[in-house]
Amino acid sequence: MGLLHGAWLIMRKDLRVELRSREIIYTTVFFAMACVLVFAFAFVRGGRAVEGAASGILWVAVAFSGTLALGRGFERERQAETLRALLMAPIERASVYLGKLFALILLMILIEIVLVPAVGLLFQAPIGQAPGLLVALLLAGTVGFGAVGTFFAALLVRAQSRDVLLPVLLYPFAVPVLIGGVFGTAALFAPEPNVDVARMMLAMLISFDAIFVTLALWTFAPAMRE
Amino acid sequence: MSASRLLLPVLLLVALVMFGRAPFMIEAAPLESTMGLVQKIFYFHVPSAITSLLAAMVCGLASLVYLVRRRPLADFVALAAAELAVVFGIVMLISGPLWARKAWGIWWQWEARLTMALVMWMIMVAYLLLRRFGGPGSEVMAAATGVFAMVLAPFVYWSVNIWRTLHPSTSVVWSLPEGMAGPFAWCAIAFLLLFAALMTLRVQIESTRAALDDAMLALEDRR
Repeated sequence: MGLLHGAWLIMRKDLRVELRSREIIYTTVFFAMACVLVFAFAFVRGGRAVEGAASGILWVAVAFSGTLALGRGFERERQAETLRALLMAPIERASVYLGKLFALILLMILIEIVLVPAVGLLFQAPIGQAPGLLVALLLAGTVGFGAVGTFFAALLVRAQSRDVLLPVLLYPFAVPVLIGGVFGTAALFAPEPNVDVARMMLAMLISFDAIFVTLALWTFAPAMRE
Repeated sequence: MSASRLLLPVLLLVALVMFGRAPFMIEAAPLESTMGLVQKIFYFHVPSAITSLLAAMVCGLASLVYLVRRRPLADFVALAAAELAVVFGIVMLISGPLWARKAWGIWWQWEARLTMALVMWMIMVAYLLLRRFGGPGSEVMAAATGVFAMVLAPFVYWSVNIWRTLHPSTSVVWSLPEGMAGPFAWCAIAFLLLFAALMTLRVQIESTRAALDDAMLALEDRR
């Protein structure tokens, strides 16, 4: 069985489980909105958002809700004691990683579909100014965050105190993604959008995605061997 | 065996002698024209930063070897290097702001090298937290973290560089004037020797600990 076919099966399984309960999507979308609410108190002065705050709020909410989705996605495997079965399945180990990554990316895109208009509405961010680049930045950032996040969530699934260790490990690794996302998006939200900066950030994010997905595919099998 | 046993005291002795002489060399070095006396922090700050980043790289390489080959020695080296990266990183993070406050007027600047050093230091701390609290099997998880950290460093540098083009700032760029290169090289070598000595010591301790654990297990099996 090919790598991608195995990944497709894993992704379909994850999404089917999610569709039956809709637990992750409902809770994380609401959590993302709660994050935005909290940030509103921190960054709104005199009825308006502080200049440049919208992109930061958007990306931090994406990162926080993404972490939550990651934790739940693997906790599910642990609770149902299906983790060993998953690793014993007659597919390549890397397929498990890719399938989980695809499922997470889809979930995070759903969160972002709600989150981006909400941030635009509540913080007067001009989300329609360069929609193509905005979508590209969000996609590239989501893939990068997911690539590192899925790897560490899978790695930590057997660790003690994994709930704390996941963000402790993940956030430093997500620094380039957050810088690229926040400042690329901020350049687009500016009164005069700076397309060049957004393009440079996009290029950096795409290289980050390529390198870290490749690295994760290489190291996933040896790292998950008991 | 005797040669490797000799290595540690020799390394320690040479490092100590070099550290003993370093203050005199730093004192004798010429004053920097704009920053004056504060600039002398440089002779300890930069070597500690170099050593810390080198230790992080050693941790990454040893982690890669451990992940693929599962040699315990590689794991001990990775652990020792991560601990030393944190220790030398603390020296760097304390001496850096002290210098920056006098030279730039601010304690911290979000510049590519500074941010990269801070992120790498945080990852090394996270690596140690993972080993400390991760429970059984955490050495493999830590090894994967070490490998990822090595690849991450250039990306942090790159991303901050683009970010900073948004807010251009004056940078302190100067090549080493005459009379400063000598003491700097001296201090850098002293720090690297100290790193080598502490590495050797820490790996020895860890190997002994593992051997002791094995002996305990063997003894309990025989009962």
